[in-house]
Amino acid sequence: MGHTIVEKIFKNHLIHPGDDVKPGNIVWIKLDVRSARDFGGANVVKNIKKYYPGQNVADPSKTYFTFDCQAPANTIPYANNQQSCRLFAKEHGIRVFDVNAGIGSHVLIESGIALPGTTIVGTDSHLNIMGAVGAFGQGMGDMDIAYAMRHGATWFEIPPSVRINVKGVLKFPATAKDLTLFILKKFGSAGLLGSSVEFYGEAIDALEMHERITLSSMATEMGAIVAIIPADKKTAEYFRAISAEAKFETIKADSDAKYAEEHTIDISDLVPQVACPPSPENVSDASELKNIKVNSVFIGSCTNGRYEDMEMAARAVAGKKVRPEIMAKIVPATHEVFQKMIETGIIKTLFEAGFIISNQGCGGCASGQIGMTGKNEVQISTSNRNFDGKQGDGKTYLASPLVAAMSAVNGYISFE
Amino acid sequence: MKERVLSGKVWILRDPDGNIYNNIDTDQIYHNNYLAITDIAQMGQYALGNLKGYEQFHKFVKKGDIIITGKNFGAGSSRQQAVDCFAALGVSLIICESIGAIYKRNAINSGFPIMTCPEIVKLAGEPGLKLKDGDVIRVDIESGAIKKNGEVSEIARGEAFSGVQKDIYDAGNIFSYVPPSN
Repeated sequence: MGHTIVEKIFKNHLIHPGDDVKPGNIVWIKLDVRSARDFGGANVVKNIKKYYPGQNVADPSKTYFTFDCQAPANTIPYANNQQSCRLFAKEHGIRVFDVNAGIGSHVLIESGIALPGTTIVGTDSHLNIMGAVGAFGQGMGDMDIAYAMRHGATWFEIPPSVRINVKGVLKFPATAKDLTLFILKKFGSAGLLGSSVEFYGEAIDALEMHERITLSSMATEMGAIVAIIPADKKTAEYFRAISAEAKFETIKADSDAKYAEEHTIDISDLVPQVACPPSPENVSDASELKNIKVNSVFIGSCTNGRYEDMEMAARAVAGKKVRPEIMAKIVPATHEVFQKMIETGIIKTLFEAGFIISNQGCGGCASGQIGMTGKNEVQISTSNRNFDGKQGDGKTYLASPLVAAMSAVNGYISFE
Repeated sequence: MKERVLSGKVWILRDPDGNIYNNIDTDQIYHNNYLAITDIAQMGQYALGNLKGYEQFHKFVKKGDIIITGKNFGAGSSRQQAVDCFAALGVSLIICESIGAIYKRNAINSGFPIMTCPEIVKLAGEPGLKLKDGDVIRVDIESGAIKKNGEVSEIARGEAFSGVQKDIYDAGNIFSYVPPSN
C-alpha cells in the first residue's frame, strides 16, 4: 500500500526499519535537526544537565540554539537564560544563531540546514513551518527537546494524513495569508487537529517560498501536526541556490496513498480575509470590517516576516503616511531579510511613511518586544495568533501585510 | 508500576456563559509573562491565570483534583510550563475532548496523566447533567473506564493510555524511560 508524505519521511527515518508507518502506530524516528530557542532553551539545558550529567548531546553538528524571542534580551531572566544556553553551547561545540540572526525557523531554512525530506524539531511551536519546504517539523516542549538533543531520536505517533486540494489561483489583493485565513475559517482551530495536512492544486504549485512559509506556519493554529507543501522544482531550486552541493530528497506521496480525509476548496473569488479576536478561526472578509479603527499595526513574524511581505507593505504605503495616531511597527524575520530591505531601499520607503523599524526576530509575538496594546486598543497584525492577552490588553486582528499596511495609512481596517 | 486508577474531585472548566471551554491555549493556561521561570515550584500560582473565571484557580484547587475540559486543550505554544504548572499544584489528571498536538507530547513526556474522552464532556457539558464540579470520579488509565466514586457502572470510557504513555508515566518522565529495543 502506498504512503503519504509524512509516512514516507518517517519511513526514511525509522530507528527500527521494519516498523509499520500506519497512522496511530508509535515509531522511533531519527531527527536530522534538533534546536532550541532562547524560549525553552534554558530549560532544555537544565534538563540535560540534571538528567544526563557529564554527557554530551548526541551530535553537536545537528544541534542548534536560535535566539529570537527576546532579541536582544530586555529582561534579566531572559538575558540569564540566553547566557546559560551560550555557555552550554560553547562547552559542547553547538552552533548558536545569536540575537542578531532572526527567527530560528527561518534561519534554519535560509542556511540550508532544514532541507526537504528531513525531520526537524525545536522549542518553537511554529516549527511545523518546515512543511513549506516539504520537511517534517515539530515544535516541542523543553523535556522533549532535551531528550531529542541527547539521543538524536524520539517517539512519534504516526498522524493521519488529510489531503486538501485548492482550486483556482490567488488574485491580488488576495495573498497567501488570505488563503491561510480562509482555510482556518473553513476548518476551524480543531478541524484538522492532530493530522498531517498535504496541500495540492494549481494555487499551491504557484506559491513562492515566502508564501509557502505563510501557509505552513499556521498549521499550529489549524491544530495540525504539520501542513506540507509537496517539495517540487521550486523547492529544489531554492536550496540549490543556497548550496549547489546540498543533498536532499523531494518526497512525493504515492499515487495510492491513503488519506483519512480529502477536501477541495475553491479560492477563485477569494478576497482579503481578517481573523477577528480572540481566535485565528474567527475569520471575516476584510471589507466587512471597515468600521474598525486601528491603533497599532505590526508587520512581521514567522508568518509574514519575509522580504516579499515587507515589499508588499512598502508598495502599498509608498508616498503615503501612516496616520499620526497609529503605532506602526515593522520587524524583518531575519538578518538576510533586513539586508535585502536595505539593498533595495524599501526600508527607506517604510521609514519615511512613518513605520518604526526594529531589528530582526520575533518582535511582536513572543514577549511584546516591539510594544503591546493597551486596554481597548485595536492592533492589526500579520502574525498568527490573536488570543486575548497575547499581544497586549487590546484586541488583535490578523491579516496580510497588504491589509496591515493599508490600515496604517487609512486608520481603519482596509486593503485599498 | 504506578497507580492505575486515578481518583479525584473534578473541575469542569466553563466559560462565563456556562459552556465548556474549547481551544484553551497555552497563554490562557500559563501566560507568556512568566516564561522565564524555570523552577516548577513557582509555576503553580500562574496556572489558568489568564482564563476568564479561573484567575485564582491555584488558591482553590486541591492535590489530586481532576480537570475536565473541551476540544483542543493546550493549543498554541510549546511551553512545558503549561503542563508543569498543573503538576506543581498536584492536579492528578486532565480529561478533555481532544488535546493540542504539542501539549499532548509535553504531558506524556513529563509523565503527567492526560486522557481524551469526548463522552465525559457531553456528560459534563450542561450544568445539571450527570457530572458537576466537585463530584469525585475514578479513572482507570489502562481501560479508560470512568466511574463516579462509590458507583459500579461506568459513566464514560476515555481513550486508554498508549503503551509509550503508560511506560513514561511509570518511569516518571521520558529521561528515566528506557525504550524497548525491539
